[in-house]
Amino acid sequence: MRVLAAMSGGVDSAVAAALAVDAGHDVTGVHLALSQNRQTLRSGSRGCCSVEDSHDARRVADELGIPFYVWDLAERFTEDVVDDFVAEYAAGRTPNPCLRCNEKIKFSAVLDRALSLGFDAVVTGHHARLSGGELRRSVDAAKDQSYVLGVLTPEQLAAAWCPLGSMTKDRVREIAAERGFAVATKPDSHDICFIPDGDTRGFLARRLGSRPGPVVDAATGETVGEHDGTYGFTIGQRRGLGVSAGDSEPRYVLGIEPVSRTVTIGTAEQAAVDEVRTGVPTWTGAAPVLPAHVEVQLRAHGRPVPCEVTAVDGGLRIELADAQRGVAPGQSAVLYEPDAERGDRVVGQAPVAGAR
Amino acid sequence: MTYLDHAATTPMLPEVLAAMTEQLGRVGNASSLHASGRAARRVAEQSRERLAEALGARPSEVLFTGGGTESDNLAVKGIFWARREADAQRRRLVVSPAEHHAVLDSVEWLVKHDGAEVTWLPVEPSGRIRPEVLAEALGDGRDVALTSVMWANNEIGTVNDIAALAAVSHAVGVPMHTDAVQAVGQVLVDFGASGVDALTMTGHKLGGPMGAGALLLRRDAECTPLLHGGGQERDVRSGTLDVAAIVGLAVATVTAVGRREQRAAQVGALRDRLVREVVAQVPDARLNGAALDDVLADGPGRLPGNAHLSFPGAEGDALLMLLDARGIECSTGSACSAGVARPSHVLLAVGADGERARSSLRFSLGHTSTEADVDAVVEVIGPVVERARRAGLGRR
Repeated sequence: MRVLAAMSGGVDSAVAAALAVDAGHDVTGVHLALSQNRQTLRSGSRGCCSVEDSHDARRVADELGIPFYVWDLAERFTEDVVDDFVAEYAAGRTPNPCLRCNEKIKFSAVLDRALSLGFDAVVTGHHARLSGGELRRSVDAAKDQSYVLGVLTPEQLAAAWCPLGSMTKDRVREIAAERGFAVATKPDSHDICFIPDGDTRGFLARRLGSRPGPVVDAATGETVGEHDGTYGFTIGQRRGLGVSAGDSEPRYVLGIEPVSRTVTIGTAEQAAVDEVRTGVPTWTGAAPVLPAHVEVQLRAHGRPVPCEVTAVDGGLRIELADAQRGVAPGQSAVLYEPDAERGDRVVGQAPVAGAR
Repeated sequence: MTYLDHAATTPMLPEVLAAMTEQLGRVGNASSLHASGRAARRVAEQSRERLAEALGARPSEVLFTGGGTESDNLAVKGIFWARREADAQRRRLVVSPAEHHAVLDSVEWLVKHDGAEVTWLPVEPSGRIRPEVLAEALGDGRDVALTSVMWANNEIGTVNDIAALAAVSHAVGVPMHTDAVQAVGQVLVDFGASGVDALTMTGHKLGGPMGAGALLLRRDAECTPLLHGGGQERDVRSGTLDVAAIVGLAVATVTAVGRREQRAAQVGALRDRLVREVVAQVPDARLNGAALDDVLADGPGRLPGNAHLSFPGAEGDALLMLLDARGIECSTGSACSAGVARPSHVLLAVGADGERARSSLRFSLGHTSTEADVDAVVEVIGPVVERARRAGLGRR
């Protein structure tokens, strides 16, 4: 099989490429240049696709003896991921750019290009189990990335290969060390790759400018403060509200209204929701029969919650067995069919529209 | 494997390998006063004389450097500094925008950090600089530190009439540098006859080693050093002479220049067939640069080994990857330090749009090229272009 290995320069995609070579496939490595202003060196665990990352990927490809190229997808990444991220925050929602990147870049632009260039599959270093077209959680629960892959369609999954889902991250690092890859000890990436300093609020402020508005306490109905922009807030947020309520109860962001720029806060009780409404769902396989009893994960690294899913107005109504805080519009509600043995199976996802 | 990237680097000539191997086993710093040092010195100076003779220069005009990039940096920055020091109003550089990055980036560095100004010369669609255009850009020349125009373009292979340009520059008292990295060994390069004040050349483009080059610098040219130290090279360039590399450079130059005409005829015929048959397979492919049969007063107007083609609708880097997978090695032109393919600044300079610039490939032939290499390209180019056209790089 002719396989394209998407190589970020990190340890996971290096090992994924190595396993593809070991399996006897004809492998070609590709590093995606996504940033328009590439930094020469990376700083710690932040940032992505710096020139140094590209060199790290190239080093591994050279050791594996496979061809290696850099594909410049910066323009498309900017449009589909970065600009979308900013627009979502401007509209009072909380986007997940990694999920968007998988949907629009890695398993769309890159996959399409790979298939038209004659490749049969794209192999990535995602921590998720993928076999027989079924996407499941990684055996390493702490590193599981099935949430950000939940948006993929059967067609996309059919041409994807994630060989790391059946091993722990520690094992991945061991394999890299055994092979003498210099990236074996490279720090994990976290945060958002296009915000290398980790200051999301600062990044949004530079893009959107100051857009002041009131902070209203739903507990009392009073305006308790001012903010510089609704984009500094996420539903469920507790820290950094910049206001103090009259009582000692903690406050959470309940709602963001971008037109009047009102941020509504309230108590834990007011912040709890047990019903989520979504936009149009996507399914990783055949659409399930609804209503269905499954589990839902409402943000990256969130806990799965048992729920009942019903089709409503083209979207979904998800009734949660346990009330949750911080269910933010714009995030994906990823549905899982629990399976302790083979790993919870991703059924599909839908973008959160609202909750109550 | 079909290697058609000789403009990037070309295989070392066997006589170069033999000469260098002999030297590598010897001890001796050419600056030392004892017998070993004298022996090394003698070999280095013989090489200097032979190289000078092959290129129409005097031995004292040959400064050995670490390669083309260093020579370009030394010429552009060194002559700028020296000329401005002599007269503070000489701050302007008159340069072709189709130069190699070693010249372009040196110029841009001087503009950004050292108060230089630049006038970019308009380039003909063929890639050539016309003497009257240079004359207009120079004006009375009083504020100009240096003219720099390459002898032959590394991407599209266009040859400039360097003697005519040097005459124009000298008419208003401005010295001229030329980057002749691609020209030496391919077209007639006579430093003295050309009239230029400084000429960049390098070893690995003509069968010599990497990391060895020269700047030919007229004895009366003022040039401030970049590298300070022992002053080994006329006090303009310091650093212990790499005798083995210098021997390799000289042998390669003498050999390539000596076989130039015969080689150019062979390589040119292969190149002509390559272009003809590729266009027969892909009828809308377009040749970039000067016509294949273009001529100047003293030789071809296009490097005999250069075939630079655009394949509308296909991305150069997809073409390169597909050809690489079929054992054919060529180039898309420029790549940034991270390996990202960029639209060629040379094609943009000659007026091509971004689409055409991005859809181009350079095949460069050299002393090991054969009819079989041409056959290999012709056999696969049709399906490769077709496949690349179906795989737009995430563009809409």
